[in-house]
Amino acid sequence: MIDDALKDLADYITEQLEGAVSGYEFFKDELVLNARRDDIVKILYFLRDDKECGFQILVDVCGADYPEREADQAGGRFDVVYTLLSMRHNHRVRVKIQAGETTLVPTVTGVYSSAGWFEREVWDMYGVLFSGNPDLRRILTDYGFEGHPQRKDFPLTGYVELRYDEELKRVVYEPVELMQDFRKFDYLSPWEAMTDVQLPGDEKAMKPAHGWHATDKKVGEGR
Amino acid sequence: MPLKNRAKEIDIAEETQIRPFTMNFGPQHPAAHGVLRLVLEMEGEIVERADPHIGLLHRGTEKLIEYKTYTQALPYFDRLDYVCPMNQEHVFALATEKLLGIGVPKRGQYIRVLFAELGRILNHILNITTFALDVGAITPALWGFEEREKAMEFYERVCGARLHANYFRPGGVSQDLPAGLLDDMMEWCEDLPKFLADLESLLTNNRIFKQRTVDIGVVSERDALDWGFSGPMLRGSGVVWDLRKSQPYDSYEEFDFDVPVGKTGDCYARYLVRMAEMYESIKIMKQAIENMPDGDCRVSDYKVCPPPRAEMKSSMEAMIHHFKLYTEGFHVPEGETYTAVEAPKGEFGVYLVSDGSNKPYRCRIRAPGFAHLQALDFMSKGHQLADTVSIIGSLDIVFGEIDR
Repeated sequence: MIDDALKDLADYITEQLEGAVSGYEFFKDELVLNARRDDIVKILYFLRDDKECGFQILVDVCGADYPEREADQAGGRFDVVYTLLSMRHNHRVRVKIQAGETTLVPTVTGVYSSAGWFEREVWDMYGVLFSGNPDLRRILTDYGFEGHPQRKDFPLTGYVELRYDEELKRVVYEPVELMQDFRKFDYLSPWEAMTDVQLPGDEKAMKPAHGWHATDKKVGEGR
Repeated sequence: MPLKNRAKEIDIAEETQIRPFTMNFGPQHPAAHGVLRLVLEMEGEIVERADPHIGLLHRGTEKLIEYKTYTQALPYFDRLDYVCPMNQEHVFALATEKLLGIGVPKRGQYIRVLFAELGRILNHILNITTFALDVGAITPALWGFEEREKAMEFYERVCGARLHANYFRPGGVSQDLPAGLLDDMMEWCEDLPKFLADLESLLTNNRIFKQRTVDIGVVSERDALDWGFSGPMLRGSGVVWDLRKSQPYDSYEEFDFDVPVGKTGDCYARYLVRMAEMYESIKIMKQAIENMPDGDCRVSDYKVCPPPRAEMKSSMEAMIHHFKLYTEGFHVPEGETYTAVEAPKGEFGVYLVSDGSNKPYRCRIRAPGFAHLQALDFMSKGHQLADTVSIIGSLDIVFGEIDR
């Protein structure tokens, strides 16, 4: 049930920003624009000021980590997602760009003042660098913290813990010492992924659409 | 003669020149509303720059949720804005339902609306009374907490916990309302306007309260949009915008209520908006109680919601479903969504990315207070130190949600 007006808007934006916006997709009924990293400022200016768009509010900027994309030179392992809201047309749109550990993302603080802290948080949590942000300090982690905790390769327990030392009369930082190993249970049912797979010895069941190709021909015959 | 020159004349040593003066406010300060550390650069009594240092309550909620099943992730939302826990659960439940592609039975939706509005009243009572406490009035806090206590008893009766409810679940609510609760809530709704009138009589025309709040921290409509404001902060600046009206969720479109809007955009307007919103919330609660539909309060799909306990004792299927739900959890189809609700403090959103497994791949929590606190610097510039306290009070910040 994708809104027709939103679909028209998506076509309009991709047409107007050809080259900067590489395409769009819909998740359920939500519009997501895939954009080029270097053009993000231009795109947001357009989305804010164009009459058809009118996205006056930057609701959120957040990161997401996809480490398996690391080798891919074109993008980078991180997504930076800008969520915009248009009160005039009652629409929401997400603009997605890709960034790596060393690539610079142009800051959008000039377009929306609210971007300042959101970018600080993405830098703090993921280590995405924003060029031009006037105040790119860490925001949520401790003073003097090292690393970027929301990355998928950062352990949930972290590396350091702190406690108050009675002798030194101050707080001391120490490497994390776990009383028992960190446990991550795998509750995934082994059968869950097998529901559309032909299991050996189960050939009398219906032939699935895909999977289990070894005896494919035999199973297919006579049916 | 300018002050500077005179100081030279009477030969005061350079070291005694104390301007600009940097001052540390918090993190342990009653007017800091939790653990806000504010580094203020002062020119005499005037604030030149306010630099909030946040993160003292950072618990890594978003990271923790990536390691938990959807069922286990839900209680973390109670611990964000602990003043109105159920409103937070609401957004996560809605986001998960959207990805799952399931709806909620009418009764479940009405119960959620009922308790979301109760949460709004809980929040606004706390905000208004502590705001008044910050600017020098102690009585509202004493009166208000009594009413909050009564409201939290309803929380307790419906889910067993006063604060960390864990009541809204993907697919509905965890259990149906106990007998007699609706009648008692109706009675409370009838009585509450009397308390609100008392509260108003203490504050609305109070000379001291007005002197501390009128024309303090004025935010124009343009600035409010630029800084990503939402909720009463946005409506206080004259923007008519309420997600319950414009993007209704959970049958809010069936309720009759108004959206109060402030005119002046100062601390006083934001107080008035919150006050008026409570009357609207009572209206919605009454409608929800009167029109409460019969039927199920959660979906009957046992792949998402557990089967009733009675059935579990006799049915093998039900037993297996229960076991699987509380170990493995349910699988959510691949996809992503940004879902937002009108929480008492503003737009509370969740950006949920699912990779098809039983745990969220990424769960970004968009807290309204985060954007509001960011604007503190420009709001308090040029105001006196005491006015900064008023502004913090009117921002309605709770560090559970800002630091996450």
